[in-house]
Amino acid sequence: MGTVEAPEQTSKTITKTTKRMTGAEALVQILLQENVNMAFGYPGGAIMPVYDALYDHQDTVHHVLARHEQGAIHMAQGYARASGKVGVCLATSGPGATNLITGIADAQIDSTPLVCITGQVNSSLLGSDAFQECDVLGISMPVTKWNYQVTSADEIPEALAKAFYLARSGRPGPVVIDITKDAQFEEFDFEYEKCISLRSYAPKPKLDHSKVEEAAELINNAKRPYVLFGQGVILAHAEKEFKQFIEKTGIPSAWTILGLSALETDHPLNVGMLGMHGNYGPNLLTNECDVLIAIGMRFDDRVTGNLSKYAKQAKVIHLEIDPAEIDKNVPADVPVLGDAKESLTELIKLVKPNSHEDWLQQFRDCDKQEWDKVIEEELHPSSDVLSMGEVIRIINEKTNDDHILVTDVGQHQMVACRYTNFSRSKSNITSGGLGTMGFGLPAGIGAALGAPDRTVVAVVGDGGLQMTIQELATIYQTKAKVKVLLLNNEFLGMVRQWQQLFFEKRYSSTELINPDFQQLAKGFYIETAKVTERENLDQAIEEFINYDGAYFLEVRVGKENNVFPMVPSGSGVAEIRLE
Amino acid sequence: MESETQEFTITAYTENHVGLLHRLTIIFTKRKINIESLTTSESETEGIYRFTIAVTETEEQVIKVVKQIEKQVEVFKADYYTKKGVVQQELALYKIPTASLTNGIEVERIVREHNARFLTIEQNFVVIEKSGYKRETKALFDELKPFGINEFVRSGRVAVSRQKNGIGKDVEKILAKAAV
Repeated sequence: MGTVEAPEQTSKTITKTTKRMTGAEALVQILLQENVNMAFGYPGGAIMPVYDALYDHQDTVHHVLARHEQGAIHMAQGYARASGKVGVCLATSGPGATNLITGIADAQIDSTPLVCITGQVNSSLLGSDAFQECDVLGISMPVTKWNYQVTSADEIPEALAKAFYLARSGRPGPVVIDITKDAQFEEFDFEYEKCISLRSYAPKPKLDHSKVEEAAELINNAKRPYVLFGQGVILAHAEKEFKQFIEKTGIPSAWTILGLSALETDHPLNVGMLGMHGNYGPNLLTNECDVLIAIGMRFDDRVTGNLSKYAKQAKVIHLEIDPAEIDKNVPADVPVLGDAKESLTELIKLVKPNSHEDWLQQFRDCDKQEWDKVIEEELHPSSDVLSMGEVIRIINEKTNDDHILVTDVGQHQMVACRYTNFSRSKSNITSGGLGTMGFGLPAGIGAALGAPDRTVVAVVGDGGLQMTIQELATIYQTKAKVKVLLLNNEFLGMVRQWQQLFFEKRYSSTELINPDFQQLAKGFYIETAKVTERENLDQAIEEFINYDGAYFLEVRVGKENNVFPMVPSGSGVAEIRLE
Repeated sequence: MESETQEFTITAYTENHVGLLHRLTIIFTKRKINIESLTTSESETEGIYRFTIAVTETEEQVIKVVKQIEKQVEVFKADYYTKKGVVQQELALYKIPTASLTNGIEVERIVREHNARFLTIEQNFVVIEKSGYKRETKALFDELKPFGINEFVRSGRVAVSRQKNGIGKDVEKILAKAAV
C-alpha cells in the first residue's frame, strides 16, 4: 500500500514516518489502510479533489458511480450488510449531501456501519450561503452515530480513523465526515494510526455475570420459554452460539425481520416471523409464554403491536448491547447488557439441557391453522391469478435456499421475508426500521458487489422500483450480477390493502399507471423477461436465476391480493387476523 | 415509577466538542420535551465539560432521555436528579433606573432583605444581582417591578448533586483507565 514512507528530510518530527500529500490523497490512503476496496458515490464541485485522487487508485479502490446519491448510499448499505464490512459513500456538498440523508437515517435505525464522506464549500465560505452550501453537520446529526466537519487537512487522519472505528464498533451505525474543499487541496505531513478506543465511548458494556445467572435461573425454571432474535445476533457474529443456546435449551425461537437468516429456516426450533405480518403462532403465543428471551432486538412497534397487550404475563430477559434499548419499549426483568456473542457464550454454560415438546407443539398447531387459512393458497394458489408467494417459492427451489434476498418495502417485502428459505446468515437485506421505498434495487446492486460469489435476488414492487429506477444504469455500467425481480401489481399494494381494510376501499392515489418496464430494462441493456401466466413462471425463474449476469424479471401478480396474517395497527399481538 | 411530571435536573459530563450541544438538544426535540434551561461549563476535571439541563417531565421519560444522552460518543456519563437530589441556584440580574434610588431608601431595603446586591451603579441605571431559587429571584422581581425594571435576565439552573461524589468521580475513573 506504500502509505508510510521514510521520514522526510525537512520534517521536524524525525521520529515519525510521514509523507507530504494533499488531504484528498490522504483520504484515499486511509481508505486503503482501512481495507476499503470499494466505494459508492457521485462526484460534484466540492468533492472533486477526492475524485481526482481516486483517479490514481482505480485498481485498488473501485468507485461505483451511482445515478443519484440516494442510490449510492443504499448500495453502500447493501454492500455493508452482505459483506460485513463498512460501507463507504462519497457525495458532494449541498444537494449531494442532502440526497444521502434518507439512506443515513435508514442505516442509523437498522444499525448498518457506514462512513459517508461529503465535500463542503471552502472553509472561508462557511456560513455565507455559498453555492451548494448546506449545514451537513446539522442536518445529519439526528441520524448519525457521529459526525464531524474537517476544515484543515491535518484533521483528516484522526477524523477518518474515528469514523471507521465508530461505524463498526459497538452497535454499528452511520458516520458522516464533511470535508471542506480547501482541506482536500491542502498539503500536509500525512501519517495514519487506526483508532482502537475513545475515552468517552464504551462500545461494549461489561457483562454482569450476576445478570447471566439470573437469566439462566429463569430459563431453567421456565415451562414455556420463548426466544425472539434480531440483528444483534448477526452483528455480533453470534449465529453459532445462538444455535447452541436454543438447541441446548430446546426453546422455540422467532425472528424479527432484521434477525432473519441468523438461523436457517428449516431448523426445528425456528418457529417463524414476529410482528404485524409475521406468523400466527409467534404472535399469538407471545402472550402465552412464561419467559420471553429477547436477543439483539429492540421491540419495535411493528413487532410488539399495542404494548399494553404485549407479553404482560411473561418475565422478560433482554440480551442487548445498547443500554438505551433496555426498558425503552418493553421493561426487562433481567437485562443482560453486552455483546450477544459474549452473553450467549456465558449463558450456554449455565442453562440446563431441556426440551419443550408440548410447548413447541402449540407453535406447530398454529402453523397448521396458518397453513390452511393463508399459506397454502399463497404458495399454491387455486386461482389463475399469480401470487407473490408462489414466485418466492419457486425462487427457493431454483437457488436451493441459498441466495441473498434483498427487498424493497411493502407487500412484496413481507411476502418475500415470510416465504424465502435461508440456509446461511447475512442473506437477508431489507429496510426494516425506516421502511424506505426505493431501497431494494440499489441495495441489491451493493449486495451483488459485496458478495460476488453469491446469487443476489432483489425483490421489488412497482412502486419502490420507480423511486430509484435510474440505478438500472449503474447495473449496466458495473455489470453487477443482481437479479431484479419485479412483483408488479400496479398498485402501492400495502397502502391499498390498508385502504381496503381500514379506509372503506377508498383507493386514494395508490393505483399506478405504469410505464413499460420491459422497454425500460431493454433501454438500460439489461436482459429481461415478463411473466403473466403460471405456465411460464417456472421456466422464466429458472432462466432468471441461472443467467450469468444481471437480469430483470417482471411478474404480473394479483392486483388486489392482501398480505395475511395481520396484526392491525393498535391491536395486541394476540389479536392477529388470519383473514 | 412516578408517571406525573416533575422538575428534574439532568447532568452530563462530556468532551468539549463542536456540535455536541446540538446533538443533545435533538434528543429532547425528538420527544417534544421542552428544555427549561441549559447550562454548560468546565467541570471539576480540566478539559471535561458538564451540561446541566432543567426539564419538567415524567421520571420514566427522563430515564430514557438520560440513556440517549449517555449513548452519545462524546458523553462520558449522564444522570438525573429530582428537586431533592440537588443543591441548585439560578442567577438573576435586574436593571432599574438610578432615579428610583434617589427617591428614598425603599429599593435599598428590598435589596438588603432579599440578600441581593448592587453590581454597579451608573448615572442612569443600577444593576442588582440575586442568586437563589426561581421563586426567590421572582419574588425580588415582583418587588422591584413598581420601580420600573428596564431589563431582566435569569441564568439557567446550575446544580450539584447531594451525593458526596457525583458522577464526576465515575468520569475520573474512566479517564484514569483511559490514561493507562
